[in-house]
Amino acid sequence: MTENKLPADEAPDAVAPAPTSGPPGPAAKPPPSRERLQQARRRVLRTILLTGGVMGAALSGYLPLVYAQKKRLRPPGALDEKDFLSSCIKCGQCVQVCPVQAIKLADLVDGFGVGTPYIDAREQACDFSCDAVQCILACPTGSLVYKKPVFLGVRKGAKLAAAPILKAKEKDAEPTLNLSERIGVARLTRPEACLAIQGKGFKGQVRGAAFKGRMRYMDVNRWKPIRVAEHPYDIAECDLCVRECPVKGAISIETVFAPDGSKRKSPVVHEPCVGCGVCEMICPVEPTCIVVEAREVWNT
Amino acid sequence: MEYMNQFLKRRFLDQIAVMFGREAKKPTAISPEAQTIHLYKRGNRDLIAEKLHARAHAVHANKWRNRRWAVLIIANLMFTFSFWFDIQILEGALTASRFIGFHLIDLNSALQVMLAHKHIIVNLVIGTGTVFVLWLILGGRTFCSWVCPYHLLAEWAEKIHLDLVKKKLLTDQNIDRRLRTLSWIVFAVLALATGYTVFESISPTGIISRALIYGPGLALLWVLALLVFEIFFSRRAWCRYACPIGLTYGVVGIFSPLRIKYTLDGCFHEGDCRKVCLVPHVLDTVIKGRAVATEIPIGPDCTRCGLCVDTCPTGSLKFDVKGLSKLL
Repeated sequence: MTENKLPADEAPDAVAPAPTSGPPGPAAKPPPSRERLQQARRRVLRTILLTGGVMGAALSGYLPLVYAQKKRLRPPGALDEKDFLSSCIKCGQCVQVCPVQAIKLADLVDGFGVGTPYIDAREQACDFSCDAVQCILACPTGSLVYKKPVFLGVRKGAKLAAAPILKAKEKDAEPTLNLSERIGVARLTRPEACLAIQGKGFKGQVRGAAFKGRMRYMDVNRWKPIRVAEHPYDIAECDLCVRECPVKGAISIETVFAPDGSKRKSPVVHEPCVGCGVCEMICPVEPTCIVVEAREVWNT
Repeated sequence: MEYMNQFLKRRFLDQIAVMFGREAKKPTAISPEAQTIHLYKRGNRDLIAEKLHARAHAVHANKWRNRRWAVLIIANLMFTFSFWFDIQILEGALTASRFIGFHLIDLNSALQVMLAHKHIIVNLVIGTGTVFVLWLILGGRTFCSWVCPYHLLAEWAEKIHLDLVKKKLLTDQNIDRRLRTLSWIVFAVLALATGYTVFESISPTGIISRALIYGPGLALLWVLALLVFEIFFSRRAWCRYACPIGLTYGVVGIFSPLRIKYTLDGCFHEGDCRKVCLVPHVLDTVIKGRAVATEIPIGPDCTRCGLCVDTCPTGSLKFDVKGLSKLL
């Protein structure tokens, strides 16, 4: 019971006489013993050790930023990366409201970004099936915003020319999405493998039976997203990226000139693209032919 | 309201200084009433010995600890279940959440974000204000022992540590408590200067809370490292010497009406309370001859965990709501 030693300087002064309320005389303290001095020195060393450990751990968060391998696609309405990292309180409320659970939280390898939300579009893209960018509504600190506050600049080409029209709500009174900036831009990175360019069709489950990604299909249920695997396709000429793109006018199949001068069909991304990543998720080719470049801007 | 005499006023200020890291010192002035009791106790050694013996056979209570663990676990599971079963009672994590729609934002996290981002939106103010008032009423560091999930893990780690100490396999390596104040300042300055919420990336409170809700991750390794440090090296090191969250809530608790109250009269100065306490410097007043008044509120660094209340064989330490006991 009494084995639990108290620090020497805090030991109960049971034998000491009760202090009086009178003024204490000039300090007549004996000089501290050698042992006492050594204890104090060791404590200073331990304090430095713990300080070093905590600060080292804290500042190691810089490393992943310095050696950033790839940019994270942030949820819609995210501020520019630096501002995003400083304002995100890492609570995950955006994760909780997303009907397709497109938003995940970053881990330790993201350094200061640990606990911040990101979207891995190939695994689960944001298909705007919430109709209202609810993640922005849920954000308590303004890391995700419908419109940036005036003092934060908008990067050239990040601003959308017009509020994106959601194909799913096209017939509604208010068909637009409350979003003023894009989070990225889709880009055809592997045209040589693209089924549309090759003039091929697609039959079956895109991404296979085991794929967990979900999407809202208006012809199935407007309010309940289903697994992509539960919605097989049979298309004569592949246009999945265009067909499933949730934003009106963001991508289309156009006749373009190939490098050799011949005409061919190809998916072409247009200015309204917000960078949601549905095209990246739905592309049936492995690896995907089309990807969303996170934080990319529209270059005319 | 309670009459606060000059002795208590002085102690109140002393305890604030102690919270920021000063060593607890012997008081220079003691009220006449308390001096009478101190004097009387000096001549009663035999009675004390007798009571000590009786105490050794007393059954140890865990009333407040059990209540606290229940509250802590339920609070954290409410977050988890709100997400898992989509019942939307308490959405978010400990850093920021919504309780049936009302914003709640952890004060230290909010501070980090405000300093780093230098822009404060309305929801942030509402959430921070709500939490500030909540913990002002409930005792400030009450957050630490009644809500923080790291506190519970650290309590279990502490049991292992104390067991090893008892077996004489190691001794507790205490550290300078001023480090916590330093770490508070350093992390505030870092947030302001770098624009990153540096502390949030290593806060075990946030890491564990998110792990409980959104699933475990590598970040838990840092929490594990802290626990290992506490088990084998320094007892409760993170909460005692490093965590700025504790200091933030400690400051909030300075004027809190909910606290532990010490009554000098029946105390046998056995010191069991100081052995179980996370912050024994707040209990310096129970050392024989140190109480400056007959009834003393314990300082703001106290987490109101109730371990001392459970341990005290004489009921000299009790939960108390300022003013309420007078009313009743």
